[in-house]
Amino acid sequence: MTGLVLRRIGYTAFFAVVLAFFAIPMLWLASAPFDSKPGLGLRWPDWTFANIQTTFDHPYALTSLVNSLVLCTLAMVITTVLAACAAYALSRVRIPGRDALLYVLLLLSSVVTGTAAMVPIFVMMYQLGLINSQYGTALVIAGGMLPAAIFILKDFMDAVPRSYEESARVFGASPGQILLHVVVPVARPGIATIVVWSFVQAWGNFLLPFLLLRDIGSQPAAVLLRTLQDEGGSANLTVIPVFSLLYSIPVVVLYLFVSKRYGFRFHGGIKS
Amino acid sequence: MAQISIDALSTVYPNGVRAVDGLDLTIADGEFFALLGPSGCGKTTLLRTIAGLEQATSGAVSIGDREVTNVEPGRRNVAMVFQDYALFPHMTVSENIAYPLRVRKQPKAKQHEVAERTANSLSLGHLLERRPGQLSGGQQQRVALARAVAIDADVLLLDEPLSNLDARLRLEARTFLKRLQRELGVTTVFVTHDQAEALALADRIAVMESGGIRQLGSPREVFRRPANTFVANFIGSTPMNLVDGVVDGGQLAVAGAKMPSPQALPDGTKVTVGVRPEYLSLTTDGIGITGTVSIVENLGVSSLVTLECPDGTLIGVTVREQDEPAIGSRATAVPESGRLLLYSKEDGTLLG
Repeated sequence: MTGLVLRRIGYTAFFAVVLAFFAIPMLWLASAPFDSKPGLGLRWPDWTFANIQTTFDHPYALTSLVNSLVLCTLAMVITTVLAACAAYALSRVRIPGRDALLYVLLLLSSVVTGTAAMVPIFVMMYQLGLINSQYGTALVIAGGMLPAAIFILKDFMDAVPRSYEESARVFGASPGQILLHVVVPVARPGIATIVVWSFVQAWGNFLLPFLLLRDIGSQPAAVLLRTLQDEGGSANLTVIPVFSLLYSIPVVVLYLFVSKRYGFRFHGGIKS
Repeated sequence: MAQISIDALSTVYPNGVRAVDGLDLTIADGEFFALLGPSGCGKTTLLRTIAGLEQATSGAVSIGDREVTNVEPGRRNVAMVFQDYALFPHMTVSENIAYPLRVRKQPKAKQHEVAERTANSLSLGHLLERRPGQLSGGQQQRVALARAVAIDADVLLLDEPLSNLDARLRLEARTFLKRLQRELGVTTVFVTHDQAEALALADRIAVMESGGIRQLGSPREVFRRPANTFVANFIGSTPMNLVDGVVDGGQLAVAGAKMPSPQALPDGTKVTVGVRPEYLSLTTDGIGITGTVSIVENLGVSSLVTLECPDGTLIGVTVREQDEPAIGSRATAVPESGRLLLYSKEDGTLLG
């Protein structure tokens, strides 16, 4: 009996520690922005909104968030559109070595945009004159995400029954209409997944924008965060908490919006 | 409304399978036509070639006066119902039914009006705003039919229209389908592997095997006088008795018995004797095949009695429930006059 009680106490204590470990950074993110003297520790805040004003006055803070939104939206749109088209084609057209191609792409993708390719990518973009270009950077980020996105989406495309397309075709739909009216809506949960996934990936990407966007005015939030220092060179704890909070909002909002509006699930359908 | 002419049509798959092999067929305007056969006989490929979803390798398909062999499916003015119905899960019933009109860029009001009218005529009026996932199998089938008839297509193609329904519903849907086809009067071709379905629905049946037609005729013809042993075997819910026999002095020696031969054939001709269990009656005496009752299978209103003949041949006889014989008793199966069919032993074709 006492053994059981002790075990319950042990369990509870263990999970409390684990929970605290994950909860403390979140609580810091919720409290530090509104604390008059924010530190790296967690404490009950001395309420103020002055930090927000300071952050808004920072010359690059808001610009970088807008940059992030532009960059990530671009990368997300490029990835989703191209991956959807490629996955559809790969799902429907039989070419020899199709699966091998997909696996090789997937394998290479982790190399291509990783640290190993840092220098070649920089040189290539420099020669193309795409340094400091949001579009160029978005292209590179999208390029790195495409193989994985195609890989994931192909499974969703494979699951769209051919009879749906054939049915639309018999009724006179053109290939474009078939894609827009039938394939995309039916594969929508997969596409929603790719939208969120690619946006989050791009949002958190530090290395590529750091390399390719040298002008501080065009850098996204993930890069700017590194430069938020005060005159003495130590972390600017007035701006960082507020900035971190602002930085985390879009991803959460996107997730909630997509999940509610489009749902990562399938709408009905029948056995076949 | 149009007739379909198929001329020396072959459809060969890239792997070399001749799914349809030099087939000629004319389906009359307004006819309800069944393509019947076991799986892999090419019936679905033939239907899909008529629809344009498979490209004919050689030969021609015409709908009405127009040759459509190389015409896109969407420009053939055909409508098709797929085996899985292929209803778009993200559209409501109303949007599904109106989809062909949406593709044809008809105004929204027209789309809605047609969807409502068609749905009402198929008693789907109360389901217009539902999605396919919220419907029963029978309702989904009717939505698929509604979508197919919403445009006035020349030809209606149905791929195994009833096979996804459970047995009870299938009978209702069958009656419904036949009435719908009568009302619309549209040339309809449907594919089935279920001979009962083909017999019940069709005006004419083409029984297919390995890419060709083995028999073409009305359900009655196909049932009463199968043109060969393949069709004889395939048609009928109780299998036809097909027994080896030999002609001997104008008599037919079969399963240890002698019967008058229905046709004059030279002595010693080896034949396959075919007779349906439904066309045999069981007596204690009479000229027929005698054997011992070994198995009795209850079919509801009737029973299928299996007679074991002295030479080991098994003969099936259908009797009414009150005439069921005792197991182990001796009985004679007497064919109705004109119901005994003789098939060539060599190639299985009907003699005479």
